[in-house]
Amino acid sequence: MAEKLTDGAVVKPASTHVNKTGAWRSMRPVVDLEKCVKCYICIDLCPEGAISALPEKRGVQVDYDYCKGCGICSSECPQKAYTMVPEEK
Amino acid sequence: MSKVTGKKVVIEGSLAVAEAVKYCRPNVISAYPITPQTHIVEDLAQMVADGELKAEFVNTESEFAAASVVFGASTAGARTYTATTSQGLFLMFEVLYNIAGSRLPIVLTCANRAVSAPISIWNDQQDSLAVRDAGWIQVFCEDAQEIHDFQPIAFKVAEDPKVRLPFMTMLDGFVNTHTYEQLELMDPALVDQYLPTYKPVVRLDPAHPMTFGALAMPDVYHEIRYMLNRALMGSAPIYAKAVKEFNETFGRDYTPFLEEYRSEDADVIMMSMGSLCGTIKDAVDELRKEGLKVGLVKLRMHRPLPKAAIRKAMDRASVVAVVEKDISLGLEGIIATDVRATFAGHDGPNVLSYIAGLGGRDVTVPHLKAIMKEAATWKGKESPDEPFWVGLKRDIIPEV
Amino acid sequence: MTAAEILAQAAFKDGKYSQAFPAFGVERRGAPVQAFTRIADEKIRTRAQIYEPDIIIVQDSTLLTVVNVFAGLKPTGTAIINTGKTPAELGIKHPAKVRTVDATKVALDTLGRPITNTTMLGAVSGATGVVSIDSIVAVVRERFSGKLAENNEKAVREAFRLIGGGK
Repeated sequence: MAEKLTDGAVVKPASTHVNKTGAWRSMRPVVDLEKCVKCYICIDLCPEGAISALPEKRGVQVDYDYCKGCGICSSECPQKAYTMVPEEK
Repeated sequence: MSKVTGKKVVIEGSLAVAEAVKYCRPNVISAYPITPQTHIVEDLAQMVADGELKAEFVNTESEFAAASVVFGASTAGARTYTATTSQGLFLMFEVLYNIAGSRLPIVLTCANRAVSAPISIWNDQQDSLAVRDAGWIQVFCEDAQEIHDFQPIAFKVAEDPKVRLPFMTMLDGFVNTHTYEQLELMDPALVDQYLPTYKPVVRLDPAHPMTFGALAMPDVYHEIRYMLNRALMGSAPIYAKAVKEFNETFGRDYTPFLEEYRSEDADVIMMSMGSLCGTIKDAVDELRKEGLKVGLVKLRMHRPLPKAAIRKAMDRASVVAVVEKDISLGLEGIIATDVRATFAGHDGPNVLSYIAGLGGRDVTVPHLKAIMKEAATWKGKESPDEPFWVGLKRDIIPEV
Repeated sequence: MTAAEILAQAAFKDGKYSQAFPAFGVERRGAPVQAFTRIADEKIRTRAQIYEPDIIIVQDSTLLTVVNVFAGLKPTGTAIINTGKTPAELGIKHPAKVRTVDATKVALDTLGRPITNTTMLGAVSGATGVVSIDSIVAVVRERFSGKLAENNEKAVREAFRLIGGGK
C-alpha cells in the first residue's frame, strides 16, 4: 500500500536522519590537529553544526555526513589549521 | 520570399534567448537569478562583461528590485530587458501592473516554472498565466528557434508608438532552457534592420519634466484603463504585421496568433501552448496513422486573446481538448476557460479541460493519444464542471 | 551532460537533428547523474523524457550495483559500459548487446586523468555508428585546444579502435 501524501506537503521533521547532506559537497575541510589550538571558533561558526570537539582536548573533528563544504571553518581558523581539499568525483 | 540562412548551431535554449537579446541591443538589463532562468541572465552578464553587449547590467537584491530598475530605466527612455520565473515573477507582481499601466515597452522572458507551495523548480505554466491580467502582451514559444526569433519581434511591437506595452515571451523551464537543440541564429545585421533604435514617445527628461504613474481620480481612472485595454487589443494587428515582416526579413513562416497542425479537417483538436506542442505533434501523427482525424492548435499569442483566430481554427471540430500545464484553482485550466469564452454565443466544439504536467511531471505521447481518444467520446455531451487531471497517481492521494 | 551534448553536436555535424538534456534539477555529488540525447534524421519535436533508450552509456560501472541502468533499454539496443571486465564477467542478463571498453584506462593513458566522457563517445561511435568518429573528433578539437585537444582525440580514437569501430 503506497504511502499517502499530506495536504500542503507537510512532512515530518528530522529528514536529515535519512538524508546525509554531506553529499552536496565539492570540497572538504581537512584539519591538521598539530596546528589546532582548540579555540573552537570553527565549531561555533559552522552553519551545519558539523564540527565537534574531540575528547581529551585533542582537537576537532568534522562530520562528513553533514559537512556541506562551505569553507567557513577554513576561512575563520586563526591557526590556518584547515585545508579545503577537492572531493573525489 | 527569399530564404535567408543564418548560422546553424546546437546550443542551449537559454543561450538562444541571450543571443537574440544581445542582437536587440538593450540599454539596460536588470535581473535576479532564479532556476531555471539562471543561464539566460548569466549568459547576458558574461556578454556584457566580455564587451560583446554594450548594456548596463544592474545586479539587484531581488526580482522586485530588478523589475523596478527596468521600470525606471524604461521611463528614462532606455530599451530594457529582464528575465525571471515562478516566485521571481510573483515578487515582481505589483511592478508588472505598474509597467503596463505606465505604458512601458519592457521585454521580459519567463522561463515557465511551477509555483510554491509546495516548492517546485520544474516546468509548468502556472507562473506566467497567473499574471495574464496585468496588461502585458503574452506569447508562448515551443522551441529554441521560436524563443530566439521572438525577441526582436517583442521589442519591435512593444516599442511601436501605437502599442507602448510590455511584452512577455515564454519558454518552458528546463525543457527549453536546459535543452541543447539545433537552431539558426539570426543575422545581427538583419536584426538591426528589422529593429531600429528605440524612440520613446515620452520619457523622463530634466529638460522636459513629466510625471509618470500619477494619481487618477475616479473620474478618469476608468478611462485610462479603457485606453490601456484598447492599446492591448490594438496590439494584435500590429504584432501580426511585425511577425509578417519578420518572416520576410529572416525567411521564417510563423503564423502570429496560433499554429494549426493537421487541424483543418480534425474532428478532435488538442490545444496547448509551449513545448508540449512538439510532443503533441508526434501524438497527432501517430493517431492519424491509426485513422483518427485529430489535430493540434498551438496557441502562440495568449494576451490579447485572439478570439477570431481561435474560432476560425476550431469551429468545425466536434471536441477541443485543451491540455495545459496550469490550473486556475477553483475552476479549471486557464486556456480552457479562455476557449469557452471565445465560443460563448457562437456555434463551436465541446471544450474539455485537461490539467497535465504540473511541477515538471512528464507528459508523453501515450498520455496525449489517450486524451484525444477519450475526448472523442465526449462529442455532443455536456462538458463536466471540473477539469480532467492527466496521469494522476490516485494511490498516493488520501481520501477526503 | 557534456557527453550528451558532445553527442548532440557530433550528430549535428553528421547532418542530423539532435536534442540533449540533463535529468533536470539540482545536482548533488554522489548521486548518479543522467543525461539524454536524441538523434534523428528529421526535426525532433517531442519534449518527453526518454524511457526506452536505444543506447545506454555507463561511464561508471559501480552504478551497475546501485541503479538499474538497463531500465527501459530496448532489447534491440546496445549498452556501452566503461569497465576492464568483459560482458560475461559483469554477469549482465539482458537481451541487448553489451559492449565494454576500459575507458578509464584509455583516459589515464592518454589524458593522465580518469575523465572518461569524451573517451566513451569514441566507443559509442565504434559500437553503434550512431555518430561518426570524425564528427566526435571534430567537436572535441573545437572544444579543447593544444595538447588537450590532441590527447582527447587520441583517447576518442583509441576507445573507438578498442571496441572494434570501423570494422
